[in-house]
Amino acid sequence: MTRETFANALLALLLLAVPIAASYMGEPFYVTLATRIAVLALAAVGLNIALGLGGLVSFGHAAFFGLGGYAAGVLATHAFNAEPLLFGIASTTSMPVIWLVAIVVCGLVALPIGAVSLRTAGVYFIMITLAFAQMIYYFAVSWPAYGGEDGLSIYVRNTFPGLNTAQPLPFFLICYVLLLLGLLLFRFLRDSRFGAALQAARQNATRLAAVGIPPFKIRLVAFAISAMVTGLAGALFADLNRFASPSMLSWHMSGELIVLIVLGGIGRQFGPVAGAMLFVLLEYVLGGITERWQFFLGLILLGVVLFARGGLIGLLAGRARHG
Amino acid sequence: MSAALLLEQLLNGLQLGVMLFLMAAGLTLIFGVMGLINLAHGSLYMVGAFACAMIASATGSFWIGLAASLVAAAAAGAIVEVLVIRRLYQRDHLDQVLATFALILIFSEGTRWLFGSFPLYLDIPPLLQGAVPLPGGGQYQLYRLAVIGVGVVVAAGLYLLISRTRLGMRIRAGESDREMIAALGVDISTLYTVVFALGAALAGLAGALVGALQSVQVGMGEPVLILAFVVIVIGGIGSIKGALFGAVLVGVVDTMGRFLLPQALSLMLPASQANLVGAALASMLIYIVMALILAIRPSGLFSAQS
Repeated sequence: MTRETFANALLALLLLAVPIAASYMGEPFYVTLATRIAVLALAAVGLNIALGLGGLVSFGHAAFFGLGGYAAGVLATHAFNAEPLLFGIASTTSMPVIWLVAIVVCGLVALPIGAVSLRTAGVYFIMITLAFAQMIYYFAVSWPAYGGEDGLSIYVRNTFPGLNTAQPLPFFLICYVLLLLGLLLFRFLRDSRFGAALQAARQNATRLAAVGIPPFKIRLVAFAISAMVTGLAGALFADLNRFASPSMLSWHMSGELIVLIVLGGIGRQFGPVAGAMLFVLLEYVLGGITERWQFFLGLILLGVVLFARGGLIGLLAGRARHG
Repeated sequence: MSAALLLEQLLNGLQLGVMLFLMAAGLTLIFGVMGLINLAHGSLYMVGAFACAMIASATGSFWIGLAASLVAAAAAGAIVEVLVIRRLYQRDHLDQVLATFALILIFSEGTRWLFGSFPLYLDIPPLLQGAVPLPGGGQYQLYRLAVIGVGVVVAAGLYLLISRTRLGMRIRAGESDREMIAALGVDISTLYTVVFALGAALAGLAGALVGALQSVQVGMGEPVLILAFVVIVIGGIGSIKGALFGAVLVGVVDTMGRFLLPQALSLMLPASQANLVGAALASMLIYIVMALILAIRPSGLFSAQS
């Protein structure tokens, strides 16, 4: 068992044990806090596929996070008002169906965005993904049918067969299990032939092309998978807050997702989990001390970027063996 | 729809384009010379606007405020460059994005700390109040025309600075080979600070000029920053000419889209729906234009690198 495996297991146990204990001590607030950590971590796990494995600095993943959220919001609204969707299909409040819709929508949107953005590289890629996310943001804000600037309330949290999702703990467990599945997917992708090609595309795309694997296709598939995982997290986030907000689509969200990964450690399996824990705790602790917590978050972030490149996992488990 | 209204909207588009040029010129210069992507450029725009509003209300003169905005933004830029940005030139773009994202948080929250959450207001100077008649019978705000004039003067000044002066020569040399000019004895780190401060001053000027048209508030730089990104991506990163062309294109397309699309759609759809669809489409229009341009030329129209 390496130090990293040990650190990962510790983080996973901690994230499970604290809310269960809090729930039995009658402190539902901490369960909600842990749910927030799990959901944000899942979103960042998605981004970590593109960013950590593929080296694709997407500054527009809020688009997928928000689309997932709106998928949950729109379906719940239609079901609540008993309005059929397109072609008279009845809407639903069943979470698994909503997740599926969120994942499919994000995949379908990510393919054209990725196809245009991946023609470019470096700074262009950063700015273009940002611009596409802004495009979707402005569309959501200016389209009044689903709330426009006010966002979309989910009056009753969507349902999961056999569980009472209105209770904090069952909903946390759903999010936690999905986070673990996301982490397993990340690990599976990383260790698969596909993941090897993706990481090779990051390290040297020309060589990859020379051995007969087109980097563009590999990257596009990775970008789409990454978007789908982040979209799933978005659906959970909307259900957590019972609100699909345009701020989920805003570029601050994209920035925060990158921050989560870097705080935790880029390309590390549990980097997003560590990052999300640190971020939410900072938000909570600093937010309790001062109204100006973002100022200090900025200073901390600056310090991490300038002086502590391995992130939290790097601190716990030593530097990554491969670059 | 009269010709005067159309002309007015066209001028509005041009005015937006000029503002975007002031932002984009600094961004593209900084990227071209130092290879740095600076998200905090919008914060410098905000610093300029706040400095102008504060000094103008203290002294009663817009012009002193305008000078203060240049000084404050350039100083803020120089300080940030020396303290933080300097350490980022050798890093990859991800680190640059994150560090400058952190700077945004610090700047925004710091400004809110100093000035509170309420917007400040900046009056148009008496000299530029009023309107001028347009051909076709309309009226146009004199101040906006003056803003367009400032943009043209700055564009010409930048052109002269870069093509005719020793500093410009060094900037161009820095763009093509930074090791070589360092080897030739140019103090490269001072040059970087100067270029960064110059870009910051342009952003501050834009902030102060726009501050008199809108309110001065925290976060005002972010929408402009993203538009400026679109501009330099369209124009080609590192190219001032591209920034000018892209800025005018984005300004005019955005303004005209918001004006014309609902009207064009009303020929096909009922009025209420046409407004709705038109407004939603118009807000996405420049991004669609950007995607189309990139699909044809992935490194922009006037790329300096290719």
